[in-house]
Amino acid sequence: MKHTMTLFKRELSGYFQTPVAYVFIVIFLLLSGFFTFQVGRLFEAGQASLDSFFTWHPWLYLFLIPAISMRLWAEERRSGTIELLMTLPITMSQAILGKFLAAWAFTGIALLGTFPIWITVYNLGSPDNGAILASYLGSFLMAGSFLAIGSAVSGITKNQVIAFVISVVLCLVFLLIGLPPVTGWMQGILPAFLVDTIASFSFFTHFDTIQRGLLQATDLVFFGSTIVFFLFLNGLILEARKAQ
Amino acid sequence: MDKAPVAPPDPPPTLAGRTCSIPRSPLHLIPRRGIVGGLRGDRFRTLQAFEEDREAMGSMIEIRGLTKHFGPLRAVDGISLDVKQGEVLGFLGPNGAGKSTAMKMVTGFLAPTSGSVKVCGHDVGAEPVAVKECIGYLPEGAPAYPDMTTEGFLNFIAEIRGFARGEARQRVRTAVQKARLEGVLRQPIETLSKGYKRRVGLAQAILHDPPVLILDEPTDGLDPNQKHEVRSLIREMAPRKAIVLSTHILEEVEALCTRVVIIDRGRLVFDGTPDEFEAKAPAEITSRRMDWVFRSLTSGEHAVAGVGGAA
Repeated sequence: MKHTMTLFKRELSGYFQTPVAYVFIVIFLLLSGFFTFQVGRLFEAGQASLDSFFTWHPWLYLFLIPAISMRLWAEERRSGTIELLMTLPITMSQAILGKFLAAWAFTGIALLGTFPIWITVYNLGSPDNGAILASYLGSFLMAGSFLAIGSAVSGITKNQVIAFVISVVLCLVFLLIGLPPVTGWMQGILPAFLVDTIASFSFFTHFDTIQRGLLQATDLVFFGSTIVFFLFLNGLILEARKAQ
Repeated sequence: MDKAPVAPPDPPPTLAGRTCSIPRSPLHLIPRRGIVGGLRGDRFRTLQAFEEDREAMGSMIEIRGLTKHFGPLRAVDGISLDVKQGEVLGFLGPNGAGKSTAMKMVTGFLAPTSGSVKVCGHDVGAEPVAVKECIGYLPEGAPAYPDMTTEGFLNFIAEIRGFARGEARQRVRTAVQKARLEGVLRQPIETLSKGYKRRVGLAQAILHDPPVLILDEPTDGLDPNQKHEVRSLIREMAPRKAIVLSTHILEEVEALCTRVVIIDRGRLVFDGTPDEFEAKAPAEITSRRMDWVFRSLTSGEHAVAGVGGAA
């Protein structure tokens, strides 16, 4: 635990030692604002809810999270620091967890930066604060799931661009399989139970429920187990690929 | 007790180095391994006492039948070695002979295909963390986090090696002094010259004062002055540690090492003292004799006996 925390601190402060953190946060906040107010028409909708804000999160994350996760292991492998890290007296899981948690905490910081949007809605009406809190939690969990996928992919290659592209595609798959047009198309060629099963792996399905203010154990477990699964995969990938 | 009664407050610091670096001194009649170090604490000890101590101690590194396959390629092919405290083992071989791969397996970075490695009595496969605790490792190319400052990086290493704040500060200070990094503490590592980067890697490796040091080309990319400093540092630490270093510079072996191991295409082709190594060259070769032996062992141009060497 102590080792994980040491690594966590190093990684998190590492984000702020380079422009990466500031560029990411600024872009994330600008895009959130743009989609919420311009595209989502928050004011015109006349509803005291943050639906038009959270709706965009899966799409924002689709491009922004792989930009964070692409360097997690690809950079360590390219620069050779993975050899340094893995010969320090820490275990593989401590290393993976430390780096993942730092990246996750960093997206959490970016997410917290969106609080003015909540203040806006709070001042204009009386929003359902419980639902907003649940949505924030759901958004954070979804970000973690995207990150875990990206972290695992980042271990496959030394090339950050490749890591980025594969992560985006993989995350896109996890989004699309729950969208009505895609499930509709699948119903034509697959039996219904299979379509339901596949759709239940979509981040949309679970984020939607949470966003409506429903904090169900199934959705929390879904995101939690997605994170655990991909971090486990991350370990297997690194073990197999670190030598190359 | 065969401890000598003399206990000079300041023992000559060059003792180990002198006997190593000037092979033609009268001392060359005494077997080399026996006179490495000989200093324990601030007391002088006789060579015999030291030798007896060393015999009593087990090997710090025990390698048995170490093998690594990369697909069809046998990068390391059945190497067995023992390294004891006080030894500075020069690990040589042509590029791609398997030196780095072997070192990566000893440090627990790579898992061997077969064979075993024990460091300080711990098996690398069974107790990797215990092994990593007692090794200081300078990987090839001295990788370090480029965005971090020298100080930040060493503080991180000290913290992850488990030192409490006060001790960590002391350890970092000592390592900085030994590697002569005082001038670049606040600089990001990416802005450092190759020589400084190498020394940051070295400082990182010696920070926890490990009983075993594995150094992959520690003097690569250094200028002659820096090479000299790094060699002095290694020599100074040698009596208390088991040191394995890989190098391409044969003079370095002569100046630094108590033992030479040559591998070629993954196989061990020579294991002996630098003198034995040099003695394999025929008398008519008068200059660069080690180069000649190295070439003959690793390319098979000349017929020279394999493992062992004249005692």
